[in-house]
Amino acid sequence: MTVIHERESNPAAGDADRPIGYGRIQRKEDPRFVRGKGHYIDDLVLPGMLHGAILRAPVAHARLVSIDTTNALAHPKVLAVITGKDLEGLKLAWAPTLSADVQAVLVTDKVRFQGQEVAFVVAEDRYAARDALELIDVEYDVLPPLVDARKALDADAPLIRDEIEGRTDNKIFDWEMGDAAETDAVFASADVVVSQEMVYPRVHPAPMETCGAVADFDAVNGKLTLYETTQAPHAHRTLFAIVAGIPEHKIRIVSPDIGGGFGNKVGIYPGYILAVVGSIVTGRPVKWVEDRSENLMSTSFARDYIMQGEIAATKDGKILALRTNVLADHGAFNATAQPTKNPAGFFSIFTGSYDLQAAHCKVTGVYTNKAPGGVAYACSFRVTEAVYLVERMVDILARKLEMDPAELRLKNFIKPEQFPYANKTGWVYDSGNYEAAMRLSMQLAGYEDLRREQLQKRAKGELMGIGISFFTEVVGAGPRKHFDIVGLGMADGAELRVHPTGKAVVRLSVQSQGQGHETTFAQIVAEELGIPPENIDVVHGDTDQTPFGLGTYGSRSTPVSGGAVALVARKVREKAKLIAAAMLETRPEDLEWEKGRWFVKGDPTAGKTIEDIAMAAHGTMTLPEGVDGNLDAEVTYDPPNLTFPFGAYICVVDVDPGTGHVKVRRFIAVDDCGTRINPMIIEGQVHGGLTDGVGMALMEIIEFDADGNNLGGSFMDYLIPTAMEVPDWETGFTVTPSPHHPIGAKGIGESATVGSPPAIVNAVVDALAPFGVVHMDMPCTPARVWAAMQGRATPPI
Amino acid sequence: MQIPAPFDYVRATTVENALELLARHGPESRVIAGGHSLIPMMKLRLSRPEWLIDINDLFELDFILRDGGELRIGALTRHSTLLESDEIARLFPIVRDAELVIADPVVRNRGTIGGSLCQADPAEDLSTVCDVLGAVAVVRGPGGERSLAMQDFHRGPYQTAVGQDELLCEVRIPIKARSGSAYEKVERRVGDWAVGAAGASVTLAEDGSIADAAVGLTALGLEHTITEAAGLLRGKRPAEELFADAGRLAAEACDPVADQRGPVDYKRHLADELTRRVLRQACARAAQPAAQTQEG
Amino acid sequence: MQISMTVNGNEVTSEIEPRVLLVHYIREVLGLTGTHWGCDTSNCGTCVVLMDGQPVKSCTVLAAMAAGHDIRTVEGLAAGTTLDPVQQGFMEEHGLQCGFCTPGMMLTARALLDKNPHPDDGEIRQAISGQICRCTGYATIVRSVQWAAAHPAAAGGGEGADEVLDGTDTVVADVATETEDSEVKA
Repeated sequence: MTVIHERESNPAAGDADRPIGYGRIQRKEDPRFVRGKGHYIDDLVLPGMLHGAILRAPVAHARLVSIDTTNALAHPKVLAVITGKDLEGLKLAWAPTLSADVQAVLVTDKVRFQGQEVAFVVAEDRYAARDALELIDVEYDVLPPLVDARKALDADAPLIRDEIEGRTDNKIFDWEMGDAAETDAVFASADVVVSQEMVYPRVHPAPMETCGAVADFDAVNGKLTLYETTQAPHAHRTLFAIVAGIPEHKIRIVSPDIGGGFGNKVGIYPGYILAVVGSIVTGRPVKWVEDRSENLMSTSFARDYIMQGEIAATKDGKILALRTNVLADHGAFNATAQPTKNPAGFFSIFTGSYDLQAAHCKVTGVYTNKAPGGVAYACSFRVTEAVYLVERMVDILARKLEMDPAELRLKNFIKPEQFPYANKTGWVYDSGNYEAAMRLSMQLAGYEDLRREQLQKRAKGELMGIGISFFTEVVGAGPRKHFDIVGLGMADGAELRVHPTGKAVVRLSVQSQGQGHETTFAQIVAEELGIPPENIDVVHGDTDQTPFGLGTYGSRSTPVSGGAVALVARKVREKAKLIAAAMLETRPEDLEWEKGRWFVKGDPTAGKTIEDIAMAAHGTMTLPEGVDGNLDAEVTYDPPNLTFPFGAYICVVDVDPGTGHVKVRRFIAVDDCGTRINPMIIEGQVHGGLTDGVGMALMEIIEFDADGNNLGGSFMDYLIPTAMEVPDWETGFTVTPSPHHPIGAKGIGESATVGSPPAIVNAVVDALAPFGVVHMDMPCTPARVWAAMQGRATPPI
Repeated sequence: MQIPAPFDYVRATTVENALELLARHGPESRVIAGGHSLIPMMKLRLSRPEWLIDINDLFELDFILRDGGELRIGALTRHSTLLESDEIARLFPIVRDAELVIADPVVRNRGTIGGSLCQADPAEDLSTVCDVLGAVAVVRGPGGERSLAMQDFHRGPYQTAVGQDELLCEVRIPIKARSGSAYEKVERRVGDWAVGAAGASVTLAEDGSIADAAVGLTALGLEHTITEAAGLLRGKRPAEELFADAGRLAAEACDPVADQRGPVDYKRHLADELTRRVLRQACARAAQPAAQTQEG
Repeated sequence: MQISMTVNGNEVTSEIEPRVLLVHYIREVLGLTGTHWGCDTSNCGTCVVLMDGQPVKSCTVLAAMAAGHDIRTVEGLAAGTTLDPVQQGFMEEHGLQCGFCTPGMMLTARALLDKNPHPDDGEIRQAISGQICRCTGYATIVRSVQWAAAHPAAAGGGEGADEVLDGTDTVVADVATETEDSEVKA
């Protein structure tokens, strides 16, 4: 059921501003952040700590001839210089990636992308470490680079992974979903078919805090404590056990406050491994924190998809089928962080929000001489690319049919009664009411008025565009039987302890990078148990203190760990019921629950609060048989299905006809993430994602020149929106709970990043309609928009 | 994080002292004021001076002063000061136009006009502004003081006439009645360097025709002002067709290079488009009553 | 070389290399880690501190250049346990998520309000336009600064502060209502 209004905030007794449970409350993490008392990786100082710095390759493709570290080692403050050869001796030169490939930790044979790790210096301070990099002499034999993914499979393409026995080409995988024959048949008989090539350029999540680690290896006890910027501490622990050969019980991963992640902090980067090696070699803690150029040039990029899309429809606008061929540039190593069976992530959700007869996609992944990565930047495992493809194709179809793009979408949406809806590529959408969200968005935007205004402006030669995007996301992986990362099933644990005085601690496997986990998860426990959020401590980010789980990415924290936390709280509630029954000398089945209290049915005065029960659980009373003397519980939640958040976005742009400059005037975002826990935090997640969308649509891109030089290697060249490029966001929402989720929540972290770029590009293309522009690729920079106006729109790569 | 290579540091106490220090430490010394061009270059180790001579204490170079028919601006005047000066906005609105789009407000709190002009980055805005306003740069060195017109001061990308042992001390801008000026820049994002920009300054005759005009371009491969445009505009009445002709001249005169900000044809188009816009704006401003009363 | 400066009201003196960046001096010598850094090119503004009351990017100022000046960092925003209205505003209006850009944003906001106690939204956006936030999308930062502008003595404590609070509560309620309206128009 879809409810189009704010959920009641379940106020505590008489205090509407401090709900016990869901509702708008201030974040529990904010008091430390506003005082400058957050604790990020570079704030950590351990006694005797050393500093590491990485020497990186200046070229994209080169045979390594020699490395001379003599002068660097002679620097009075340098303790160690580690090269690929040293790592070979330790069997650490190559590390497994999250996609069943291997990645060089330090170059041993040849450089495969500009910025690749060549040597690691460990010194007394970071200034000395930086100085010593200049004292290392490296000789390279430069090879022709493979920069253009379109040429990766040519017979004469340079072979990038020649170290792999028997490899003769640069193909990583071919992957298909949907029924090709069925789709071709529908296309063959369709009235209208339109096709378009579109590029989703390489971009970078670029969190404000770069990646870093402090490794502290205790040689006496054989224990490694690794503080690192990771969104997935438990998965990292297991992988470090595999990579470094340290027994897993001797590894503790601690993820401190993280200054933004957006997927950038999922992977295991050579720098983390090198910090560990540095600590083992020197016997002292070693800190490594990348600078901004290292971040932009070597750690996970995102996207880089060249997509050929085709859409088939009847002449009156019934969409019949979609198909696409994708060329995916994965860089020099296949190091994307995504489920094992999904080399293109969840791209097969490209059927979008529409009821189709057939669909087929084929994705081919290739190696190039660029940094590895591919799944990052809040993409929900490639849903970003999928939504962009379908929402652009639908707009192109609308133009072809001369239909209003809103009308075309409304005509083709999956209807509420069709849920759960099985699409043509194997997904079962849990719930949705797309038309309600679309109509709300149009109403908030004043859609008809905007179209009228556009007509008037066009008559005067002014360029105004209105763009729509309607997205369906797929987030919250597992189920574990379908989804794993390097064999680790995607399920999350949660532990809850209620102390004798009724205060609680909940321990999570996921890790916040700013999403407000300490607040949201406390609110879930509060909603279930009636303990005020301020009396619930949320512990996360330390593998020694938290249960196993796969981490925060793909918008999975609320769908998976949120489910785990609700269930563990319910487990505690059921245990409390048994204890309360004993206290009240009645049978458990005679008790009724109201928030924070079990009471006797028909006699509300006879009850026990959760505080009373907690004290009794730890006290001296005789507990019912089988009930332990505590009020604790733990669960591992294996979601039965993914969740499918959706939203209807409308963007209004003005384009300067003389310069091609695009101004985003308005942006209306209606989101449906199911049950809403903290509307303030949800709104913040949406705002941030919309800003990402403006960035990608208008300015963000990592380009390479013909020699493979990275042209986006600093914030002078990699542009991120400021407060001046974004409007005052207008948000609305509908609520369609997930039927299978313990609290009906669907996740919101990436919806806006996924949904907004096509709305903006659709608006720009709409503005340029008088010039006959049907498509232009991102980023819509002034120069590129002007070229499109001249009929010379070109792909960015 | 990137860190500069080692250097020695000294703070100058007076202009004389700064000149002494420059003479003493020779070619490997650099003057630092705001530092927002130099320090990033040093962090990336593209610049490695052995000595930094900090002139931030030279308050004698931080002034905006009307002196007869000129406005004198000290070289250490910060961008934020220029932006906030009502007198400058009234006399030379082009300065405020430009300052609003130079870097960002925090950088403008440190960066100085002297630093901008001496850095002489081809995408730097104040060089164009000073070009079209007919500014004079006052440079002091061991041999005393010399005044240089902008075309003599600015010697090409990253090059000026300021000798290693000299210091730019002030900029003097002539004040003219019935004058207006304007600057417009296209950038990919606020705070980015210009894709292209244009500046214009216009002085009207009493009959409303253009007595004198100057048009300059930023980041479009053209040093100094476009003489052909000035010749075209002089003696004519402001009109759209005239601005369009001047725009065409600007597009022909410029010599942009393709980069990530745009291809050559687009930049050439910007020279045209922005020239028209700034001339239109400058003429409108020159015709405003406030501009009539400015004493020459 | 030896340098002295005032940091959050305290006189500090240290022996440093001339090349030490102010951000490193603040973080690593003085141990005030509330000031962060996010790039090497003075583009991101994560490192903003106040120097003589003006926001500056401390990754692009040498500690030596700051000698003799008055530096204020996020740790110097609150008066003892009493938060600055800007700090309170950021909590009230969700002006932060990961918290990394937040100290710089708040210091710029403080400097803006000192100069212009009632900025409009455009002036706030302009003031923070040299600082990048990757999380919030800026609208809530603008609201946070407006909250602080509407509550100049919100966190000041005492009876006077209460009066001001009472007087301005209406304004905040109006803003909140507007927001609610836009969300529930259906």
